[in-house]
Amino acid sequence: MISVGLLLVAWELYATYSGIRPTILPAPSRVFEQALLNRQALADNAIPTIGATLLGFACSLSAAFVLSMLVDFFQPLRRALFPVLIVSQTLPLVAIAPLVVLWFGFGLAPKIMLVALVTFFPMLVALVEGYESTEAEIGQMLRAMGAGRWRIFVLARLPSALPYFFAGLRISITYAVVGAIFAEYAGAAKGLGIYMLNVKNNFRPDLVLAAVGVSAALTLVLFGLTVLLQRLAMPWERAGKETAGKGAWR
Amino acid sequence: MSRLELRYVRKAFGGLDVLADISLSVGAGEFVSILGPSGAGKSTLFQLLTGAEHGEGEMLFDGAPLDDHGRHFAFMPQRDALMPWRRILDNATLGLEVQGMRRQAARVRVAPLFAEFGLAGFERHFPAQLSGGMRQRAALLRTVVQQRDMLLLDEPFGALDALTRTAMQRWLEQMWRHHRWTALLITHDVREAVFLSDRIYVLSARPARIVREIKVPLPRPRSLGGDAARQASALEAEILDIILNATPSKGHDHD
Ligand SMILES: Nc1ncnc2c1ncn2[C@@H]1O[C@H](COP(=O)(O)OP(=O)(O)O)[C@@H](O)[C@H]1O
Ligand SMILES: [Mg+2]
Repeated sequence: MISVGLLLVAWELYATYSGIRPTILPAPSRVFEQALLNRQALADNAIPTIGATLLGFACSLSAAFVLSMLVDFFQPLRRALFPVLIVSQTLPLVAIAPLVVLWFGFGLAPKIMLVALVTFFPMLVALVEGYESTEAEIGQMLRAMGAGRWRIFVLARLPSALPYFFAGLRISITYAVVGAIFAEYAGAAKGLGIYMLNVKNNFRPDLVLAAVGVSAALTLVLFGLTVLLQRLAMPWERAGKETAGKGAWR
Repeated sequence: MSRLELRYVRKAFGGLDVLADISLSVGAGEFVSILGPSGAGKSTLFQLLTGAEHGEGEMLFDGAPLDDHGRHFAFMPQRDALMPWRRILDNATLGLEVQGMRRQAARVRVAPLFAEFGLAGFERHFPAQLSGGMRQRAALLRTVVQQRDMLLLDEPFGALDALTRTAMQRWLEQMWRHHRWTALLITHDVREAVFLSDRIYVLSARPARIVREIKVPLPRPRSLGGDAARQASALEAEILDIILNATPSKGHDHD
């Protein structure tokens, strides 16, 4: 927080006193002022970005969840699928985004696809490794109790994966925003990505930076939501940090 | 009348011989211990009994071969295996839920036992909020409420500090006198085996074979003082001798 503040102050001072033109490097105060003036345009363009991010992420999450279960139940699937998926992660977004837009048009579909492309694999890996982190003793005990594979999955493997799931979620949600903006940059009617491109072409770096600020704020809010969600979903984590009952040996 | 009977049970993992030749029996209402060094193959024996692994030889329960259908054992793994995400009450009901009981009914069945297990007031706590001894008692509670024919306890107190362990052994001995469970306990603690058991099988280092079967003729309740305690110490010394002579001094690996 403090470091961000210091950076802003230094930037403000540099932009004001170095004589650099505001069309090259605008001062933060100017960016802020212009952001306020253009808040309607920024909001109008942020909404499609939020929509694409959340929809794409929801799709990729559902797909990752279904596939992670299949992989958990049929191990050979993992060896067959993971190489393909790893390759999918090495595709450079700059090259892929225009192609996807070319194939699927300016609508919502290509955005959802690109968001899904960048978030799907991290979520899948997080889930699969999460299942695998299940304590072997818990599995053996459940089997001795008479539980079948499905029962063991629901009772032990799924809850064991929660910390991994949320770690994956925190990382992916930031990728998702970047993915959506990239997709819009490559072609869209509205959205932060296309807005950045347009104002840049109009020599308005202040508005480009304002849009960057909006996307950063958006990412932070989504990140905060995942943290909140984790707290709600995993109350035992916080409970464990208090030490009620510790030290009583009887 | 023996309930569990093993004849010439053997098990190898790949080329690694773990159990060489295990024959033993456990009678109804009897508390039997398997005592052996770390890495001998004790937990592996429980893996065979619970069906997690398959070996050679005969395993009989009430005279019939053990198979996956008859579920005779309530198994307590080496680590407590409490689920961190379940409250203690819900950890305790786990076995009943798996058996098909509704969670609410299972809670009603389990709740009255919390006092006896020294867990009253901790029903709503998560495992991470409990001390080591309490966690072990919770795990034991989860094990006994399943009302199976026999308890399999794998080093239940192995992870506890010495003081807590002694307290827990006394508590378990007292509990056993009330309930008379048929129980098979795994331990590498000679004193624990003598204190708790009616009989002890002493295992060699890997590949494990039974080097001696020892009856523990001490009166119950087991005490820590007086004549019986001296007898117990003599027995402990004798067993230690057997183990150290049966184990070549190549050093033992930890699990
Ligand atoms: N699933 C397995 N695969 C291969 N080796 C195993 C497996 N389980 C146990 N072992 C080996 O069997 C030996 C005995 O293990 P274990 O039964 O856990 O010993 P103990 O419980 O007596 O300490 C160890 O050397 C261990 O590495
Ligand atoms: Mg063991």
